[in-house]
Parts: sequence; C-alpha cells; structure tokens
Amino acid sequence: MAALKEFLATQFGLGVVLMALALVVILTAVAYAIWLERKIAAWTQDRFGPNRVGPFGLLQPVADGLKFVLKEDIIPWNVDRAIFILAPCFALIVGLLGFAVIPFGGPLHWPWMPEGQTLRVQVASLDIGLLYILAVGTLAVYSVVLGGWSSNNKYAFYGGLRAAAQMLSYEVPLGMCLLTCVLATGELRLEGMVDRQIATAWTGLLHPAAFVIFFMCALAEANRAPFDLAECEQELIGGYHTEYSAMKMALFFLGEYAHIITSSAVMVALFLGGWELFPFSQRVATAFGWGWLDAWNHSPHWGWMFMRVGVYAVKITALVFFYMWIRWTLPRFRFDQLMRLAWRGLVPLSMGFVALAGTLLYLGRPVSWWASIGNIALVALAGVASANRPITGRQERLLMAKG
Amino acid sequence: MDWKDTDIIVVDQPDLSIGERLYLPVLQGMKTTLKHMLSPGARKKFVVQYPEQTRNLRTDNYRGVHRLNRDEQGRVACTACFMCETACPAHCIHIEGAESPWPDREKYPVKFEIDELRCIYCGMCEEACPVDAIELTPEYSLVGRSRAEMVFDKEKLLAVFDATKNDKPRKAPPITGY
Repeated sequence: MAALKEFLATQFGLGVVLMALALVVILTAVAYAIWLERKIAAWTQDRFGPNRVGPFGLLQPVADGLKFVLKEDIIPWNVDRAIFILAPCFALIVGLLGFAVIPFGGPLHWPWMPEGQTLRVQVASLDIGLLYILAVGTLAVYSVVLGGWSSNNKYAFYGGLRAAAQMLSYEVPLGMCLLTCVLATGELRLEGMVDRQIATAWTGLLHPAAFVIFFMCALAEANRAPFDLAECEQELIGGYHTEYSAMKMALFFLGEYAHIITSSAVMVALFLGGWELFPFSQRVATAFGWGWLDAWNHSPHWGWMFMRVGVYAVKITALVFFYMWIRWTLPRFRFDQLMRLAWRGLVPLSMGFVALAGTLLYLGRPVSWWASIGNIALVALAGVASANRPITGRQERLLMAKG
Repeated sequence: MDWKDTDIIVVDQPDLSIGERLYLPVLQGMKTTLKHMLSPGARKKFVVQYPEQTRNLRTDNYRGVHRLNRDEQGRVACTACFMCETACPAHCIHIEGAESPWPDREKYPVKFEIDELRCIYCGMCEEACPVDAIELTPEYSLVGRSRAEMVFDKEKLLAVFDATKNDKPRKAPPITGY
C-alpha cells in the first residue's frame, strides 16, 4: 500500500495509472458512444433505438461486441495481407494516442505527498502538446488509406483516395485555427492553454468562428457526416471498409469513435476552457468572493480534481452529442463541393483569423472583444463576397459562356 | 425526335443569399432534428413495439399465409380445378384431384400442398380460384424448423382457415354448385 502511494505520488507513476485508466474508460466510452449514436439516430427519426438488451438497451454494446467476436473473419485471398491486418489496428491506436496530452484535471496533490508539491493529471505534459496532437491526428488517415489500398477493391480504393484528398485539404484550415489559438493564448502546451483561458477568456468566445471552422475540420478528419465521403454507403458500398468483416470492421468503428472522443477532448482544451465550470468564472470568483470557484479552478486537492475531471467529461460528452446531432441532420457533401468549401471557403477564412489574431497580438491586445467582433465581421465579409455568385464549377462555366 | 430550339428552357439555379452561402440554413435543419429528438410522444405514437404489440391493419387484403376454406358443412371448398396451380408464377402449389364423394361437385383434392418457402405471396391463386377456396390470410409470422415443415399440406391449410376464420371470415355467399 505504501509502495502504491509512493508510486502514485510521482508524475511517472500517475501517468502510468492514468494510461491504464484512460484506456479502459475510453474503450467503454467508445462502446457507449456507438450506443448513443444509435439512440440519437433513432430519436431524430422518431424511433426508440436499441431498447431490448438491458434497461434502455444499455447492454447493447456488449451484445454488439460479442457478435463481432463470434463472426467469421474473412480475409479475401487477393488482399495485401500484412497491411490489411495492420490498418484497423492502426485506426484504433491512432485514435487513442491523442489522449496522452489531454489535461483532464489540472494540478493534483495527494494528502500523503510533501507540502507544496503538485502533480499534473495528464499522461504526458509535452512542451509541444499541440504539435503532437496535429501529428497524431493526421496519422488517422493512414488507416483509411492503407485499408482502402490493401483491400484490392476499386470501391475501397476510391474511399482511400477520397480520404487522403479530404484530409490534405482540411488539415490546412485546421492548422490555421490551431495557430489562432496559439496566438490568442500564447501557449503550445494544452494545460497552459487551459490555464490561460481560465485567467482570461475562453478562446471559443474570443474566436467563435475559428471554433466553428475547427469543428468542421474535425468532422472531416474523423470522416464523419457530412464529410464521410470515404465510407459512403450509397456510392462506395462502405468505401475503405468494404472488404473488412468481424473484429477488424469493429476496430475501424472503435477507431472512428475514439477519434471523435479524442478530438472533442482537444476542442474542449483548446476552445472551451478545459475544466472551467463556466466562462469568466475566475472573475466571478473574485467579484463575489466565492472561494469554491477559485478552488474549482486551481485547488490541487484530489476532491476538486475529480470535480474538474467530471466537468471535462461532461463537456466532451456534449461535443460528442453535437457530432452525432450533425450527422443525423445533414446530408453528405458532393466531392467537388467538399473541395470548394475547403479551399475557397475555409482556408481563406482561417487565414483571416490568423491575421486578425496576429494583429491583435501586435497591438498588445490578444484577449479583447475585438477578436470576436473581428471574427464575426470576417464571416459576414465572406458571406457578402460570395453572395449571388456561382457555387459550382458548372455554374461558373455557364456564366462564362453567357459572357 | 423532332424538336426546336425554342422548346429548350434553360433553368438557372437560383442565386444563394448571404445567409445561404454561410450555411446558416443548417441551423434550421438542426432545430428540426432536435425537435424530433426531444419529442418522445411522436415515437410512442408511431412505433409498434413488435413482439408485444402487433398492428391489426389490412386484414382484408393483407397477403400472408394461405388457407383452404371450408364450406358450411365443414368440407374443403376446393374443387381441384387446378386454376391456382396454373396461375401460380412460383410453381409452389401441388394438387392431386380425385372423384368427389359428394354429389354437389365432380372433383375434390386428395392432396393439396403449398410450399410456403417458394411462394412469393402475390395472391394470384386467390384471384384465379373460381370458388373462393384458396385465400391469403393476414397471418404473417410464419416460422419453421425445416424446409419440409414449411410445405403446408391440406390439413395444415384447413387448420389455418380454422385459426383465422374469425379475423377474416370467408366471403359470403360462397360460390358453389360447380
């Protein structure tokens, strides 16, 4: 027991325990995300959704998992065997990797630790946490491309190609929005960003449009509707996972949902103030003299730590719900529309946000209402500039033909 | 095809307004889906929780399992005319006729089999039958453990009539005297 306490009191030990915990929790969360997805799909369509296995169908993920395990695992004879097997594993691993730098719960001080010493509730506190997220997030496309390519099937191949092109396009505005965050908070560490947002204001409030664009890009990166062109059921009979069956198929699914959860966690840290209860809570705490709010934000006591982790989880759940809500609302983009949206809409806009954040930083006011006003103004400008103009290449050609 | 240039009408896609170019109508769609998500009344109203609840619609024209009707004296109404077997596009009906022991008709079926697995439930047999002897019932939950079990013979088909005659009585007056 003493040895365990000692182990938990070191950053490394806490990291190892967190890793094991996170793995279990996330895999469970992923299973229930699939349950939630099916429920939300059903509710939007005025159905009940899974309600047979257990109360509210809560044991449905277990039944699904059992089914996937018991199904025959077919590997077609003409696939590239090694890569074919590797791709789904890659999907899940990459989905989970991003969680290493997520700051769940701020500082922690166990009662048995020496006074004044604190730990960080985080698997790894990297100086370049943001770049790590970018790098790992980009790797996610490899599972799709490799899965599609190794299947030796034209539909799967198209799915892989689409995923690659889409990922390349949406990585650009995503990076730009990240850059906006960095400029607004002046930090590259995720926990530093959260601290900064608690001290000043949520980046999602300062740069609301950048947040929306980041969310759109996250949708595209996770291959979610309306950007799920890599796996569209109707045109590509499943796309990159056409040839997959049984547990490999399940791994792709788990990977997708793990990616959703991870990107939601990143968005909470980047834009939604991490574990802060509500925006400007620090100011409210000093104005009303509410000690508990201050403790919520900064106290290293383990009780407060768990509260912070809880708030973080609630925020992640809300974003995951949003992902699903959007999926069951919007139809899929056409591929040319997707590309136009990225290169002619999102890239210039996000460049504008970076310029705006840079200008404000140069003027010494990185955190001010001018940021949000400028954001809205930029979006309005984009709307004015594009109104009553052709949307598709075909319309453009028609206009040109008319002269 | 003979057409003139004036027959062609070029329709331009309408220009999109500022709000439409900024994808603001998306919010309207999300409002709609949220409304459906938050209205449990609608799903309670429309969804039939199948094994517990069943819908009892379309008893007159639903095309489920077949039955062989009995006449008022409880005899099989079929006269073994082979019209249904001829009309059947799936060739799932097999009849063997014999001289009738009753004075009101010449023939009756000694064997009458329908392969319910071959059947496509088109209702052509029902249409073809001149004496309204073969009919499709509203019974749709049809299960069996073997293929042989799913080939319904005369007794089974008559039993289906006995089971469903309250839900869907035989058309009156039945045509007899052939």
